[in-house]
Amino acid sequence: MTDVLAVADHRRGELRDVSYEVITAGRQLADDTGGELHVAVISGTVDEFGDKLNREGVDAVHTVDYGEEFNHDVYTQVLTQLYDELAPQYVLAPNSVNGLDYAPAVANALELPIVTDTVGLEADGDTLVANREMYGGKVEVTTELEGTAVATIRGAEWSGAEGTGDASIEAFDAEIDEDAVGSTVTGFEEVGGGDVDISEAEVLVSVGRGIEEEENLEIIRDLADALDATVSSSRPIVDNGWLPKNRQVGQSGKVVTPDVYVAIGISGAVQHVAGMKGSDTIVAINTDPNAPIMDIADYAIHDDLFDVVPALTEEFQ
Amino acid sequence: MKILVTVKEVSTVEDEFEIEGTSIAEQYLGADLNEWDDYAIEEAVQIQEAGIADEVVTVTIGPEDCEQTIRQALAKGADRAIRVWDDSLEGVDLLDVGAKTEILRAVVEAEDPDLVLTGVQSGDDTWGATGVSLAEDLGFEWAAVVNHLEHDFEDGRASVRRELEGGVEELTEVEIPAALTIQTGINEPRYASLRGIRQAQRKELDVQSLADLGVDESAVEAEVTVTEMYEPESETDATVWEGSAEETAAELGELLREKGVAP
Repeated sequence: MTDVLAVADHRRGELRDVSYEVITAGRQLADDTGGELHVAVISGTVDEFGDKLNREGVDAVHTVDYGEEFNHDVYTQVLTQLYDELAPQYVLAPNSVNGLDYAPAVANALELPIVTDTVGLEADGDTLVANREMYGGKVEVTTELEGTAVATIRGAEWSGAEGTGDASIEAFDAEIDEDAVGSTVTGFEEVGGGDVDISEAEVLVSVGRGIEEEENLEIIRDLADALDATVSSSRPIVDNGWLPKNRQVGQSGKVVTPDVYVAIGISGAVQHVAGMKGSDTIVAINTDPNAPIMDIADYAIHDDLFDVVPALTEEFQ
Repeated sequence: MKILVTVKEVSTVEDEFEIEGTSIAEQYLGADLNEWDDYAIEEAVQIQEAGIADEVVTVTIGPEDCEQTIRQALAKGADRAIRVWDDSLEGVDLLDVGAKTEILRAVVEAEDPDLVLTGVQSGDDTWGATGVSLAEDLGFEWAAVVNHLEHDFEDGRASVRRELEGGVEELTEVEIPAALTIQTGINEPRYASLRGIRQAQRKELDVQSLADLGVDESAVEAEVTVTEMYEPESETDATVWEGSAEETAAELGELLREKGVAP
């Protein structure tokens, strides 16, 4: 029997979408051999969270009322205790920033192998077959491991579980060793702000690593001026300090939904796509016809941005 | 204070490539210093330049070929380097998180640093798990996905910011010794100066085998194996404009006018 323990993610009083996605992934995995799906929710308003997590296919929700916000030491202690209690075949966590802050520790504490950022999961007898990407999404691999394991799932790869289930909701009485809690979350802060809100823009001219040098941003600015558009970017441009943080589109930046999103020299890493896939029309300019951005583009130009962008600017001048 | 930085040489892949079995054919692969580790090195060197750290040591698991990458880290200011390799690692297709944890643990125990900095993930196999796994194994505190670190380490604590999703940062304090996984953008990694490059040639690069570290060979037998590698199916249904730059730009121009978003 493939019992699965899936762990919910929440922040500042809200369950995150990936909490419902990890239920879907967990249910599928448990179904492979007719096992049970347990869901754990730790810290915060757990009674309220517990009711919300009682979606179709969930057998039990284990609530742990301890502290308000995520703390990896608490999560690690609770999950190792829950694992001992429930003896699941697999522990599933979101591959979120918080998931990556406790799942490897849980795996190590339990002496289990871990496979992260999975985009496909299947239980074949005692073998876990997990699909994941390598080299920035250029290839996908199938990995296998035997026995019990910890796995993290990539966000938005599974749909969120819906409906209401008939799970038992049980308070789990974890014993937290306060002395072993060596980290403290002291607050949260929104980043960005500033002069421009790219999430309000109708047209975004968005630039990525393909621009090569900071000076070259000039041609992007010229285009944006000609189009009366707003300049945004993928992560590396902000990391390099070439544009301020409030211009970053993606998982760790802003989510944007313009009428037209022109992705210039952007390969389309999953973290970036998470922030712009809701754009009405997506145009990609990139020399690499196999770049992941092409998968979600409506229109594409497989050519050098240094030729195409100035030509386009000229069109409107 | 002593800082240990994990440094990985990652494989890079050309736009066009071929797959042979469960790997990419050699001729399409390049090698580079892992981007995330570059930021970790910079952070460590800055802490040293601020007079807080006395020594910055790097550790790399890899064959002799990757010494050029290690020298890059030394040229950027690390004081010395350790490279772990031997025959038992030669034949391993995939070094999983558990194997890396065991090897790096032995190095940390021998070096006894106050701070371990790792990149959040590597650009090739992107596990994103080794730093936290290592910290737990050592009984160190940790923080994952750190994009700001205060350099004063007041009261034996590291004050960090963790970059969460959606433009939110978490402020966290961890007790040292600690392991921090470093996110890109935390600083601006320097280019190695010519002087740095020359100096790097004279810096110590110590090669250690698993036996030297007291790690049993069985530790590197991966529990996770790669059974298949393939190119992801392209789901694109994009209209591709072809022709000269002027022609494709004209097509795009027309679209923007049609959408009413351009003059």
